[in-house]
Amino acid sequence: MSPDPGSDFGPDLVEVFGPSQQDGGPHLVQLLTPEGERAEHPEFSFVPPDGQDEVETIRGFYRDMVLTRRIDTESTALQRHGELGIWAQLLGQEAAQVGSGRALRPQDYVFPTYREHGVAWCRGVDPLRLLGLFRGVDQGSWDPREHNFGNYTIVIGAQTLHAAGYAMGVQRDGAVGTGDPERDTAVVAYFGDGASSQGDVNESFVFAASYNAPVVFFCQNNQWAISEPIERQSRIPLYQRALGFGFPGVRVDGNDVLACYAVTQAALNRAREGSGPTFVEAYTYRMGAHTTTDDPTRYRMSADVEHWKLKDPIARVEVYLKRNGLADQDFFDGVAEEANALGAHLREGCAALPDPSPLSVFDQVYAEQTDELAGQRDGFAAYLESFEGEGAHA
Amino acid sequence: MSPSSSKVTLAKALNSGLRKAMESDDKVVIMGEDVGRLGGVFRITDGLQKDFGEDRVIDTPLAESGILGTAVGLAIRGYRPVCEIQFDGFVYPAYDQIVSQVAKMHFRTQGKVRMPIVIRIPFGGGIGAVEHHSESPEAQFAHTPGLKVVACSNPVDGYWMIQQAIASDDPVVFLEPKRQYHSDKAELDETATPLPLFASRVVRPGTDLTLVSYGPRVKTCLAAAEAAAQEGRSVEVVDLRTLSPLDMGPVLESVRRTGRAVVVHEAHVNLGMGAEVAARVTEQCFYSLEAPVLRVGGFDTPYPPARIEEEWLPDLDRVLDAVDRTFDF
Repeated sequence: MSPDPGSDFGPDLVEVFGPSQQDGGPHLVQLLTPEGERAEHPEFSFVPPDGQDEVETIRGFYRDMVLTRRIDTESTALQRHGELGIWAQLLGQEAAQVGSGRALRPQDYVFPTYREHGVAWCRGVDPLRLLGLFRGVDQGSWDPREHNFGNYTIVIGAQTLHAAGYAMGVQRDGAVGTGDPERDTAVVAYFGDGASSQGDVNESFVFAASYNAPVVFFCQNNQWAISEPIERQSRIPLYQRALGFGFPGVRVDGNDVLACYAVTQAALNRAREGSGPTFVEAYTYRMGAHTTTDDPTRYRMSADVEHWKLKDPIARVEVYLKRNGLADQDFFDGVAEEANALGAHLREGCAALPDPSPLSVFDQVYAEQTDELAGQRDGFAAYLESFEGEGAHA
Repeated sequence: MSPSSSKVTLAKALNSGLRKAMESDDKVVIMGEDVGRLGGVFRITDGLQKDFGEDRVIDTPLAESGILGTAVGLAIRGYRPVCEIQFDGFVYPAYDQIVSQVAKMHFRTQGKVRMPIVIRIPFGGGIGAVEHHSESPEAQFAHTPGLKVVACSNPVDGYWMIQQAIASDDPVVFLEPKRQYHSDKAELDETATPLPLFASRVVRPGTDLTLVSYGPRVKTCLAAAEAAAQEGRSVEVVDLRTLSPLDMGPVLESVRRTGRAVVVHEAHVNLGMGAEVAARVTEQCFYSLEAPVLRVGGFDTPYPPARIEEEWLPDLDRVLDAVDRTFDF
């Protein structure tokens, strides 16, 4: 994806952006290598949340990532068994989601896509509530107000504007830059590399920059928008676009949970203190399909997938913990047991999710019900009742 | 004239209504292009930024989807955004946010998240403008479940309806007949008790035929009824005011008495509001009808160049022509 060399017009893009972006390029923030070695970075370092032990925090990240992966694999299996209509897989993106999700404070607010299952986990959403949407019994039944975690947004990029607007509200509430860690609030917009081409995403950058809104744009560049590679969306590294909008952009190793945590924490702090938006590009890879309906063998090379397998976000933490004697086998067994229990919870819970009543469709179209809809509901109810005894529409 | 009563234009009435709404609820924010220092290209928000500050009257970047998308976020945070779309033809960049987000959020969240957003759109023609400045997109929004759509036709309604729309916990597309902003004045009594927002109203009683309209063509219909009266026909005029939900009560009651109905709007006739009104009248007043319900509106073409817009629009004569045709049955 090298930009055009040799143009006489304007700067030499190769000079500006560097010769190669392979494996994230020279500006990738990495604090834990794929081999499980801690690394230093001049700007970012891993500092656990206030008062928390570093090893405990990293063990917690490991647990979160294993459980997140289990939510994903279990749900994929449920789709294969016909229990879900579709599932959007996150395999490979556990570190990006857990690292960023764990950097949030309770008062922060998240605007997710439909793939943020790991962030949902960090926000305390029962993953069973995610399944309702994919099973087709509701549109996501968690309460956004309870978790400060918005509903999944399926229109690509639309939620980034909601995040910018919510952040404008935070500013008007005086919840930025007070220095009170329980009051100052940041907003996170999650989106992907494909969404970076959407008008809404670019408009959200303009609004956030114009008002200096406390929002973090967290882009998981997983290299693929269904079948379209990142090269179809951008001729330059995505994080470099931020400068053109007037705020900083950082590229972080999206498979490195420590780096994702550190960079997101720094970006959230900038937002909370009133320094405005930040673009974080988590450079990662979509190991699975776009969704369970997709077939990536039609458009990408298995060698690429193999290459990224070596960068697995969970394996590197496991190696780090084991090699340094920071967790014993009991710990790993315990997490595996928890994952099994979570899998059982999803299997049993999913099958038990009740289908909604056909009449419920009328209930929440409006805050104030209209006579028209109430009339349609009554008519449909009477129609359904007319079948009673025939068993057709019971 | 009582002290609380004065003659005002539609522009002034809307401005006063917005001011009242902002005074009574500090969560109300106005946002749009040029709404602040300039007071809007039609001056509807004149002076509001000066009095309520830049945080409550927000000049936005020039991006309609951005305006509506950030309004969604503000609403989630507990605000009540009133968005101004500068001209009807510029609403389309925001169409996705309106249809896929604003309209569906309450349903999607099973009522946990409300969208008390007002989308003000100056609509209709007659100002001699270039392309995209004279359109009537109401059917596209009335067709969208989750939105409510209203249109005011006079200063008094404008004053009350904008306040009621802002107080609504549902999103309201609020259509303003732009050609009337600065033309006619009406007596506004701020102490009066207004009609509910989602109610249509008989604005001229009659016995022989019912004209149904809204927004800028109510005035045309009233003039047509006056002209018809001179020919000995008693024409009743209903101002729909609310397009979604439709308040068909006064229309049906009227048609059951008159047996004839003509629906008039500036929007294209094909699949316009007139089609819906005609269908409902036919379904519910079938045995009262002496003639099919006729529709008079813009032709099914793009809005014309300004020099022929008055011919294209359903004027007094075309309305009377339709009235005559219903009596041929």
